[in-house]
Formats: sequence, structure tokens, C-alpha cells
Amino acid sequence: MSDVTLVALLSIVISALTITIGTIAPAVGEARALTQALSAIAQQPDEAGSISRTLFVGLALVESTAIYCFVVAMILIFINPFWNYFVSQAGG
Amino acid sequence: MTITPDTLVWFELGPLTINATIGFTWVVMAIMTIGSWLVTRDLTTSALSWWQNLLEYVVELIAAQIREVSDQSPSPFVTFIGTLFLFILVSTLLALVPGFYPPTASLSTTAALAICVFFAVPVFGITQQGLRRYLRTYIQPSFIMLPFNIIGEFSRTLALAVRLYGNVMSGSMIVAILVTIVPLLFPIVMQVLGLITGVIQAYIFAVLTTLFIGSATRSRHDTLDKQTNTQAKEIHQHE
Repeated sequence: MSDVTLVALLSIVISALTITIGTIAPAVGEARALTQALSAIAQQPDEAGSISRTLFVGLALVESTAIYCFVVAMILIFINPFWNYFVSQAGG
Repeated sequence: MTITPDTLVWFELGPLTINATIGFTWVVMAIMTIGSWLVTRDLTTSALSWWQNLLEYVVELIAAQIREVSDQSPSPFVTFIGTLFLFILVSTLLALVPGFYPPTASLSTTAALAICVFFAVPVFGITQQGLRRYLRTYIQPSFIMLPFNIIGEFSRTLALAVRLYGNVMSGSMIVAILVTIVPLLFPIVMQVLGLITGVIQAYIFAVLTTLFIGSATRSRHDTLDKQTNTQAKEIHQHE
């Protein structure tokens, strides 16, 4: 297998693995935060406004780890820095 | 399919390259500035026009949210945080217009906004509580936390930029992919979802900025005082 094929194969496989594994933990974390917030609202409906505001901020913070994985996967697919290097090596 | 509007070059002026990000940023700025100028040209207190009412409501809403989140008087922060919020909000909402790429879908724009926050936090902190007391917040629980506090300053700036960029970019990316697979109706649903995500992200960017500035401008002592005050007030009210 040539270098270029190897780089392409690894980029695709690793980007798929990044987004697959990287979304598991944020999904579990967000689900836990949501259940806690729902039970808190059920116990104290008067505080629903401030609970849901805190929940949204917290969810965005948790979700950013998944977003980082997405950005890394997109970089590996669309603007892979190693791809151009190996293509120029193979061409020259 | 493009992952950033930076690559769409409109025209080049010598060394300056005017790409879609800069151009659409100017469009958003022009819409907001000219719109606000038209509305605030003839302010009245008697017969409120529809638009003046709307703008006053928006400003009051932002001020109330800042007061609620930071637990301080919002007047020094409303201009900065409100500008960030409205810029992100308008550029996200304008994504519904065909041919418009939101400038926040480019890492350059979001990094610029995050760097503004990065410099605004010490500026507000020093003007509100003086250089010595601001620098003391870096060694707050103990002196060991100094490197972590400094690293935290940089990492939260990076996180702020990448979070906004990733959310807006993934929204437009999902629509672009779905148009090639299911071109009828379904992309509209995802576009609505992207709209909701965009509004929430604008809100979260503003709330996080408020939290960072709020934690830099208020010393530990003040918060404890205020908390006991509010608790005492609540107990008083219940009685």
C-alpha cells in the first residue's frame, strides 16, 4: 500500500472513530444533567426559569467536547494537513 | 461544500483579500448600525413607535439577564455583552436568507470575538476593583492555583471560539449534506433546528462572557456579603 493510500485510509477511519467515540461521553453526561434538571423542576416548579437557564449553559459546556471531536473529524476529512504533504511527496 | 466561508473570495484589493466572511460581517454591521440609527433618530417618550418599543425591550431584556447572571449592576457591561449577543444573533438569523453565509461559521470571526472577551475581562476587572485586587483573584483559593488560573484564561478563550464555530458550521454542514441525500422538505426541518441552535449559542456566548466578566469584577468578600444580604431579605419576606 502506498503512502498516499495509507494516509487517506487512516484519515477516514480515524475521523469516523473520533466522532463515534467522542460523542458517547457527552451524550451520557447530557442525559444525566437533563434527568437531574427535570426532577429538580418537578420538585420546585417555581424555580423552572433559573434551573433551565443553568441547564442550557451546562449543556453547552458539556456539548463542546463533542463539538471539538466534530471539528477534528472535519479537519481530517476536508483540510487534512498531511494529505497535501504526501501528495506532493508522491508527485515529486 | 465548503467548511468555511473564508475560501469564497469576492475580490482582491492589492494585498487585501475581501472574502465572504469579511463581506457578510460588513453586511451584518451595516444592517444593525443603519437599523439602530433609523430607529433612534427621533426618540420620544410619549408616543412610542413600534421599532423603538422593540429596541427598548431588547436592551432591557439584556440588562435584566446580565443582572440575574452576574448579580451586579448591568450598566457597565450592557454595551459590550449586548453587542456580542446581537451580532451573533443577527448573523445566525440571517442564515435563512439564501446565499448568505453566517460570518460566525468561520473560525476567524469567532476567534476575533473570543479575543475581544479575553481582553475585556481584565479591562473590566481592573477598572472595577483596581489592579492589585484583580491580580489577587489569580491566586484565589491558594497560590498553587496560579498556573491553572492562567491556563484557564487561555483554554476558555479557545473553547469559546471553537464552540461557536463548531455549532454554526455543523448546522450549515448538516443541511448541505441532507440536500444531497433528501432534497425535499427534510432539510427545512434541520434548518429550523439549526436556527434554534444558533439562538441558543448566541445566548450561551453572552452568558459565558457575563460569567467571566462577573467573576473578574466581583471579589469574594462582596459576594459573600451580598449572599447573606439576600438571604436575610428572603427570610424577612417570608416572615
